Amino acid sequence: MEIPYTVEQRPDTGLANGKLGIWLFLASEVMLFGALFSTYILLRVGAIEWPHGELSVKLGAINTVILICSSVTMVVAWAKLKLNDFAKGRLYVIVTVVLAAVFLVNKYFEYAEHFAKGEGPWHSTFFAIYFTLTGLHGLHIVGGIVVMLYLAGPGAGLWKRNPEQYTNRVEYTGLYWHFVDLVWIFLFPVLYLL
Amino acid sequence: MEKTVTGTAHGHGHTHEHTHEELGFWRKYVFSLDHKVIGVQYAITGLLFLLFGFCLMMLMRFQLAYPGHPIPVIGNWFGADKAPGGIMLPEFYNQLGAMHGTIMVFMGVVPLAVGGFGNFVTPLQIGAPDMAFPKLNMMSYWVYFLGGVTMLASFFVPAGAAQSGWTSYPPLSDIATMGQTMWLFGMVFLITSSLLGSINFIVTIVQLRAKGLSYMRLPFFVWAQLVTSFLLLLAFPPLEAAGVLQLMDRLAGTSFFLPSGLMVSQKPLTVAGGGNPLLWQHLFWFLAHPEVYVLILPAMGIVSEIIANNTRKPLWGYRALIYAIIFLGFMSFIVWAHHMFMTGMGTTISAFFQVTTMIISIPSVVILTALLLSLWGASIRFTTPMLFALAFLPMFGIGGLTGLPLGLAPSDIHLHDTYYVIGHFHYVVAPGTIFALFAGLYYWFPKATGRKMNELLGKIHFWGSFICINCVFMPMFIQGLGGMNRRMYDGGMQYAHNAGLLKWNLMIGFAAWGLGLFQIPFIINFFASIKWGALVDRNPWEATTLEWSAPSPPGHGNFLTEPIVYRGAYEYSVPGAAKDFTPQFEPEHA
Repeated sequence: MEIPYTVEQRPDTGLANGKLGIWLFLASEVMLFGALFSTYILLRVGAIEWPHGELSVKLGAINTVILICSSVTMVVAWAKLKLNDFAKGRLYVIVTVVLAAVFLVNKYFEYAEHFAKGEGPWHSTFFAIYFTLTGLHGLHIVGGIVVMLYLAGPGAGLWKRNPEQYTNRVEYTGLYWHFVDLVWIFLFPVLYLL
Repeated sequence: MEKTVTGTAHGHGHTHEHTHEELGFWRKYVFSLDHKVIGVQYAITGLLFLLFGFCLMMLMRFQLAYPGHPIPVIGNWFGADKAPGGIMLPEFYNQLGAMHGTIMVFMGVVPLAVGGFGNFVTPLQIGAPDMAFPKLNMMSYWVYFLGGVTMLASFFVPAGAAQSGWTSYPPLSDIATMGQTMWLFGMVFLITSSLLGSINFIVTIVQLRAKGLSYMRLPFFVWAQLVTSFLLLLAFPPLEAAGVLQLMDRLAGTSFFLPSGLMVSQKPLTVAGGGNPLLWQHLFWFLAHPEVYVLILPAMGIVSEIIANNTRKPLWGYRALIYAIIFLGFMSFIVWAHHMFMTGMGTTISAFFQVTTMIISIPSVVILTALLLSLWGASIRFTTPMLFALAFLPMFGIGGLTGLPLGLAPSDIHLHDTYYVIGHFHYVVAPGTIFALFAGLYYWFPKATGRKMNELLGKIHFWGSFICINCVFMPMFIQGLGGMNRRMYDGGMQYAHNAGLLKWNLMIGFAAWGLGLFQIPFIINFFASIKWGALVDRNPWEATTLEWSAPSPPGHGNFLTEPIVYRGAYEYSVPGAAKDFTPQFEPEHA
């Protein structure tokens, strides 16, 4: 038994199943982070004073650049696969994974510094929302890394059997990855700058 | 009839030997990818949780009917930390209350209505071979199962299960015992399961509709599932966020919901403070109000199918029903704070939510009216599913109309937190939704098993349940209007105004236990009919929708030939037609 439209598009909707699925998933993610950003606003509006300059803008800015670059490499990976260049496509997926890992290492140094100063999530509502938002975002990065490692490693065999489906998977992962990037682009000014 | 049955069975066996490989027991019944098996798994797990949640309630009704008396027979099972000498402790009563609500809503009704009926019926009704993502479907069920196990396990941790109500309001829930942490983990699993499921449903309905099945030819049940899935998709993530925040409060020492200067047992709480308990209520009700519609919309879908089939008429106002349900889904996102009139949000915000609440009652009335008008002039077949579907209409009507005074801030101040509220939402969900679910079980049972359930046992089940359930919930309106508060361990004996109201608790108790007894014919009927029920062919109810063109039960891949749709979903009693139903899958005659 075959499920229709797993690879090819349904003519009247113009979509393959996976693409609609990933967009719906991202819609729910918008609601998840939307709720947390609302929490941030409510806590900040209700606070007597809100701390400024607690976070390292330098590390945050570096991480922003790293994530934007990783979004670019992800698009290039998909473009290479579209041009039937599997070796380059896989290489760019791996580059994306490396950039994501560098982001996490940076984040680790930031976290370690705050914990060393006793500024854990229990310290104040600012650090509570900081750790919750960046922690959840970090988990999304880890999720992305797992999927990309699968695509570059054990999942790469699909290219031989069904290159179009493999390319689609990279595209959907890319959509997710851009969303994770976008969340950070909101997180950076909200937590580090404002 | 007999001839057709054997013919179908043979044809079914032959065609499927070629197409599907033989799977072992585990892959076929436990870790199955087939939407029908997953649907049955959801339905049976959901039914078991409904029974379990109902048992918790029967225990609570004993405590309310006979406060301070030892529970007969089973009283000693609960141990000294819950019921010493068989007498229920207040803490145990609170656990039962909180878990009854959680289990019924998140582990009983939603899995049965969406996971069970949605999974089993939706792909069949749209002519799809399966759900769009079968592996995701299996995963949804097992994540739900994990959530259920976590919730059940929470009864056995030190100090027992969660006891802050199904709403888990902080700061109480933030400082509650370990059971609350288990509750939160359980909820994260249940939410994740619903999210994955809702993505799957939307993609399936949008992408896998059969040839010729345009949106305006979809059965109303499919529309109800589609709107429900959007509610689950967009309303559940904020509760997931709220759950994460409460977990952070409990495990990482944050103060999201803990204001500064909070005292617990005459001692200041050693936290940073600066949080806001109302934040939880906003995030919670942003989910939990759409959740109310998640409970009711699939029920409306089921009832519509059964009413159209048993009145032998097209649904009255099919398009109006669809526009109403879409509008209902949209509005359900902007009414949540009518649960919070008593929190001091301010009159402007109260006025806004009061207006949206009055507006949302309009599409509900449209749907109910359309279903009621569908009965007009029909020669009704009073089958068991139809009896349950017919009972749904006045029961949901009572539940809905008693909700209006709760949606208006001034009258809500009097009625808030009384038994009136309990009566109101139980009329919507118990004799409303659960009756519709029973209707669906009797209606689609032949499709799932190839056999019909017994009509006599079904009618005993219906009439007994119908009378008992009204005796349970109707007196609650009297108690509530008299000012009797909910969530009181002894019913509120210390308050003078309750003196004349407590006597109703005895009647409610006996009605609730009677309701329990009347479920026995259903349980017997359910299992006995799987083995001994009357054999049926593909279309025992002479229905028009696509699921009845598949064999009963359908094999893996559902349809023997690719289904093509030629007309709308409810072409009953078409003038000039040879028989009183013209199925969607029947080609036009030249």
